[in-house]
Amino acid sequence: MKLLLAFTRKGKADPGREPVIARVVKETGVLINVEKANIDSMAGEVLIDVPDADAALVRRHLEEMGVAVRVMENAIIRDEDECVDCGACISVCPQEVFSFDAEWRLCVDSKRCVLCGKCIRACPHSALSQQG
Amino acid sequence: MEKSLDLINARIRDGTARVITADEMPGIVDELGEEGALAEVDVVTTGTFGAMCSSGAFFNFGHADPPIRMERVWLNDVEAYAGIAAVDAYLGATEEANTKDRLYGGAHVLEDLVSGSTVELRATSRGTDCYPRRSITTELLLDDMNQAIMLNPRNSYQRYNAASNSTDRALNTYMGTLLPRCGNVTYSGAGTLSPLANDPGFRVIGSGVPIFLAGGEGMIVGEGTQHSAGGGFGTLMVTGDMKQMRQEFLRAAVMNGYGVTLYLGIGVPIPVLDTGIVRSTAVRDEEIMTSIIDYGTPRRDRPSLATVSYADLKSGSVEIGGERIRTSSLSSYRRARAVAVELKDWIERGKMELFLPTRRIDPAKRSRPMRETAITPRVRDIMNRQVISITEDEEIRVAAKRLLKDETNHLPILDGNGTLVGIITTYDVSKAVVTDGRLRQVKDIMTRNVIKTTPDEPVDVAAQKLKQNNISALPVVDAANRVVGILSAIDLGKLFGGRWQR
Repeated sequence: MKLLLAFTRKGKADPGREPVIARVVKETGVLINVEKANIDSMAGEVLIDVPDADAALVRRHLEEMGVAVRVMENAIIRDEDECVDCGACISVCPQEVFSFDAEWRLCVDSKRCVLCGKCIRACPHSALSQQG
Repeated sequence: MEKSLDLINARIRDGTARVITADEMPGIVDELGEEGALAEVDVVTTGTFGAMCSSGAFFNFGHADPPIRMERVWLNDVEAYAGIAAVDAYLGATEEANTKDRLYGGAHVLEDLVSGSTVELRATSRGTDCYPRRSITTELLLDDMNQAIMLNPRNSYQRYNAASNSTDRALNTYMGTLLPRCGNVTYSGAGTLSPLANDPGFRVIGSGVPIFLAGGEGMIVGEGTQHSAGGGFGTLMVTGDMKQMRQEFLRAAVMNGYGVTLYLGIGVPIPVLDTGIVRSTAVRDEEIMTSIIDYGTPRRDRPSLATVSYADLKSGSVEIGGERIRTSSLSSYRRARAVAVELKDWIERGKMELFLPTRRIDPAKRSRPMRETAITPRVRDIMNRQVISITEDEEIRVAAKRLLKDETNHLPILDGNGTLVGIITTYDVSKAVVTDGRLRQVKDIMTRNVIKTTPDEPVDVAAQKLKQNNISALPVVDAANRVVGILSAIDLGKLFGGRWQR
């Protein structure tokens, strides 16, 4: 399951100044895969992937440390009225989220998405958006 | 054996015509042979659904009271061409409104009209004795117009080059997003279902032939603009009544960083008259070849990276130089099939009969590049030939002195053979000074990945490089990477005094 973590790093004691992910790994023993991290001087956002069974535990530990956690169920959303099944998104995606089925219908495996946003810009029909 | 069009139309009328979609034909020919397929199949329907920029529509709005002779016309703030009769205008699909916060263009207006939305018409005039009115604003539905006649100068390409990008920068093109270092390949076209791929000799596709156009019954006008069937790039000019069209087959689109375009569904029915047509409609994706063109070269004649078939492109990946690269289609094969299936249904139900061309389209014609009478300025015309350079082993102090003495900001760095290995700027030298003197030699601070140009590169291309890379000079190198000049932003100023003219 993918979790999107957000934290501030304004103050010295803010969670963004602490090794929060390493601490959760150490305390819980859950293996966390960091898929994307965007950290600047004031705040940070990290996308992690954890086994479904451990998600609640990881989430609780992170929240105790002051990290905001959001479950990304459908990271990328496809508007079926706008999509024409062209496939422009398929080759720009680094994660192989998109594919065609045997009927040339576009399939979206949003569990693989790391929120890079390339497909959203590449879609000629504005049919893709990020979970709000 | 041959079959007459009259026989086929008689079968369409009594509901016994055997109609198939073009992707089924190869299998039928495999099974029954050419003669057998000719006896079995009466009509093959084709279909394509993809970006067709060269599209638009003529409108007649009817006369207002008092009447106006429209000189400039806007539909939802997208300007239409009004240099025709008083209340006529032509709206092109790629024309863009400059007043909206999002990209909105002619294609969006066409889709809005077809979907039943109102569109704001605004027009101005200087006023005449017969047409006194000077301006008008009104809201119109498609049904309010006397005519909305789609007329597309260039649609339904026979095949199209696939695209990739060998440069280090992602490109936003009309072929979609092209990732750096040949990170992907994009293509367009329906391959085996594509109308012109099923009749490359233009035997039954020509003027006056009825077609499926965006859900309505349309017609082929004749050859499209830039028609070049001799090289495998035939095109069609088509027309149809927008009032019959459906949004499912007419969709506005925006190519990121490029602009507005229109996705259209077009299908052409092909009467199976003889074994020649059996053969041409049995074409497979494997037999339709196209080149993967490097869009990293911003010139008319772009190099080809590989030749592949539509079967390769549709497989999801192709090979370039030993590497597998993923492909993206920009056109929709699923919707192309929906076009061919619906056209098949029309003919089976007797809704459309077939006609032979009233005028043939030339299958051997080739389009020519533009004849340019003005000389396009090249880098050699304006570059500075007095190149001040330095070698990489010199001390930074020496470089600083040289920059000062010659009042320049850029020093190309050469190796012993005079070939270009790097560049430094006054900025790099200043930076070296403030970093406590640890860096001593030119090679410690030089930029090794030099953005450069050549003497025969058009100045427009070089200027685009300066802008994209946010730099102010380009070393000019010959084929052996020896520096023959330098082109700085200052040299571009020479273009405006007319001094480059020879």
